[in-house]
Amino acid sequence: MGMYAVRLWSVRHSRLLESFYQGFERIIVRLDPLWKRIGYERLEQPVAAVERQVKGLLFDCQMCGQCALSSTGMSCPMNCPKNLRNGPCGGVRANGHCEVKPEMKCVWVKAWEGSQQMLEGKAILDVQKPVDNTLKGHSSWLRVAREKAGARAQPEGRAS
Amino acid sequence: MIVDPLYDPGDPLPPLPGHSSRGRLERVLRSGKFAVTAELNPPDSADPREVFERALVLSEVCDAINATDASGANTHMSSVGICSLLTRAGYAVIMQISCRDRNRIAIQGDVLGAAAMGVSNILCLTGDGVQAGDQPGAKPVFDLDSTSLLETIRTMRDEKRFLSGRKITVPPAVLLGAAANPFAPPYDYRPIHLGKKVAAGAQFIQTQYCYDIPLLERFMARVRDLDLHKKCFILVGVGPLASAKTARWMRTNVPGVHIPDQVIARLEGAQKQKLEGKNLCIELIQQIREIEGVAGVHVMAYRQEELVSDVISASGIMKNRQPRPQARRPAKERIA
Amino acid sequence: MTRHALTADRTATRARGRLEAVLRRGDFALTAETSPPDAGAPAPVLARGGCLKGLADAVNVTDGAGARAHMSALAAAALLARDGIEPVLQFTMRDRNRLALQGDILGAAALGIPNILCLHGDDVATGDQPEAKPVYDIDSRELMRTARRMRDEGTFPSGRPIEPRPALFIGAADRPTDPKPGWKPDALLAKIDAGADFVQTQYCFDMDLLRRYLARLADHGVLERLFVIVGIGPIASAKSARWMNENLFGVQIPEEIVRRLDGARDQQAEGRRICVELLQELSEIDGVGGAHLMAPRQEEAIAEVIADSGLLSRRSAA
Repeated sequence: MGMYAVRLWSVRHSRLLESFYQGFERIIVRLDPLWKRIGYERLEQPVAAVERQVKGLLFDCQMCGQCALSSTGMSCPMNCPKNLRNGPCGGVRANGHCEVKPEMKCVWVKAWEGSQQMLEGKAILDVQKPVDNTLKGHSSWLRVAREKAGARAQPEGRAS
Repeated sequence: MIVDPLYDPGDPLPPLPGHSSRGRLERVLRSGKFAVTAELNPPDSADPREVFERALVLSEVCDAINATDASGANTHMSSVGICSLLTRAGYAVIMQISCRDRNRIAIQGDVLGAAAMGVSNILCLTGDGVQAGDQPGAKPVFDLDSTSLLETIRTMRDEKRFLSGRKITVPPAVLLGAAANPFAPPYDYRPIHLGKKVAAGAQFIQTQYCYDIPLLERFMARVRDLDLHKKCFILVGVGPLASAKTARWMRTNVPGVHIPDQVIARLEGAQKQKLEGKNLCIELIQQIREIEGVAGVHVMAYRQEELVSDVISASGIMKNRQPRPQARRPAKERIA
Repeated sequence: MTRHALTADRTATRARGRLEAVLRRGDFALTAETSPPDAGAPAPVLARGGCLKGLADAVNVTDGAGARAHMSALAAAALLARDGIEPVLQFTMRDRNRLALQGDILGAAALGIPNILCLHGDDVATGDQPEAKPVYDIDSRELMRTARRMRDEGTFPSGRPIEPRPALFIGAADRPTDPKPGWKPDALLAKIDAGADFVQTQYCFDMDLLRRYLARLADHGVLERLFVIVGIGPIASAKSARWMNENLFGVQIPEEIVRRLDGARDQQAEGRRICVELLQELSEIDGVGGAHLMAPRQEEAIAEVIADSGLLSRRSAA
């Protein structure tokens, strides 16, 4: 129950966590050259281990490897027993609890609350792609760093 | 005698420009008529006649028949199986696909299979949790969710390719539907969620059972604010309650069903509860019909196709609309 | 002489498909294989499999072969059945949980599909959507047990009744191997215990190996309890024979066949001729229930081989 309480705290403080993550993401994207020098593959295991610890504590993270927390009010959709990543199912109980696990608040009821406090809360409107099961257990941070750094580098590369 | 072309006994019909499907349901909806769909209870039987007998009762009073996909997580004949039988006889069907029991490889295959059998409408559902059924040990799949399922089928239809990018030679010509439950929390997110499903490809919506008109009206007001009623056809779910006891049971045991206390009190106070339940359903249909943005009703009743037929006839929603002629019974050798 | 001691039907009351009837009569059965198209229309199914009508006793319909999505096997099988071609509906455990599998079994029965084949399924990583979630809720033996229960007891695993019950002829896959001393067909016996009425094997082009394998099966009483349908096919060329040897698990095409293909002017025709000869040889081997002809996307070649073999005209009157 301790973990569950932390998870609810994280949703209540979604705005704070959002700002923190935005700063964190800027840094890890900027450090892309360093990651490259060390080698993303070599970093994968240790970084994933850290990520599992940190996000496990804060969000009950399931390490899907394609983090959607910024679009889901800091309420991890992989904790939904149906793994729904685009909104609640129709089975939510009148008290806002889960159909499958009645002792738990619906992940998406929390997601909606969390997203309303966030600056970029409207990201909850984005349609999420199906889960890529090959990414399971991998670091989402490293993936974001590599992809965003790559996306930034590309237009410049073309211009020069 | 001129037969209303909407009631051509054969489904699929010739293609029309701008239509996604060749089904009658899409024609009815686009023509602005108040559409009626009804749910068929799948048999626990290997006999195709049971499917036909149940469908025949419904087909005379509705525009399309829903074939459920192990709803309540109880397995019955699969929706692809039911649809394969019904389309052979010229019935218009809405094939339900839930994400609970199949991964994306199976689902994409079933979509193509359904289209090949002549299915014109697919309803994309999440699916009830396995804990609700009689085999709670089954593994829940949920590889896709209902929204990504909509987008997947839209991609297959409009871009002629699988999720992997591989080409499809004949794309599935289907009208895409989704479910909505305006009667479950988070209430203010529900219209937004509907918008998300529309963005992912939903063209029509069938809602959970409605027994609470004020709640539906609030939902629909928000839907109109978002202009969603112009982007999809909304069919509101209704169903006759057999008794106060049934109502209580449903409220506790069927996920997502909301029945206000007043409704149960009304049934309890009635001398003939079953009749009262039927009358209540008819009244609900008539009230729902008056709400701006509602395109039709979806009538459901567990194992009571005859009752559904009575309710629809008595509600007058099919008045001035020629009921569809009896579906062709397939020749015995074709189904055997 | 009857080929089998298996002629006594355990469930004599139910309707039999053609495949089951042929096998129980003791005639040499011929099954073929077709893969469903990537289309949402019925015509491509018949365009592929239609040529087998009247030739194959039953046609296997593959289920997401190679872990790639195609039209569902159930729909394709239903289309074949409607056109008078008896299907063997393949089920893999990769894409569906038990609820979906049971629902599809019931649907299949209602659609006039009498035969099912229960398989494990290729790994999702081998397909073009490795990101899909592998299901594997139950294994193929459990599906056979479930199917048998649905047929013989008329219930779902939960005990809920099914009325009427589905008529099913239940199949499994097998792979002939050269039996080492002391080797026992444990896997096959387990499949029989789970409910298998017949097996269809992986390609086996080595008739000597097959004879040794069957002798061992006979030693353990397998052949009295199970119909063995041996996998075979027209090989398109020496190159594809070599490819099969390298890439298909457990397949060993004898060197003399590869040499014969290599030396032929028309390798494809030679491949068909070899297949016809092997078919005829197979039909003479005691304990072989029939042949299962496989050739991906070459249903026409299979039809030709069956016609050329003359095996159908040799049958006892039905």
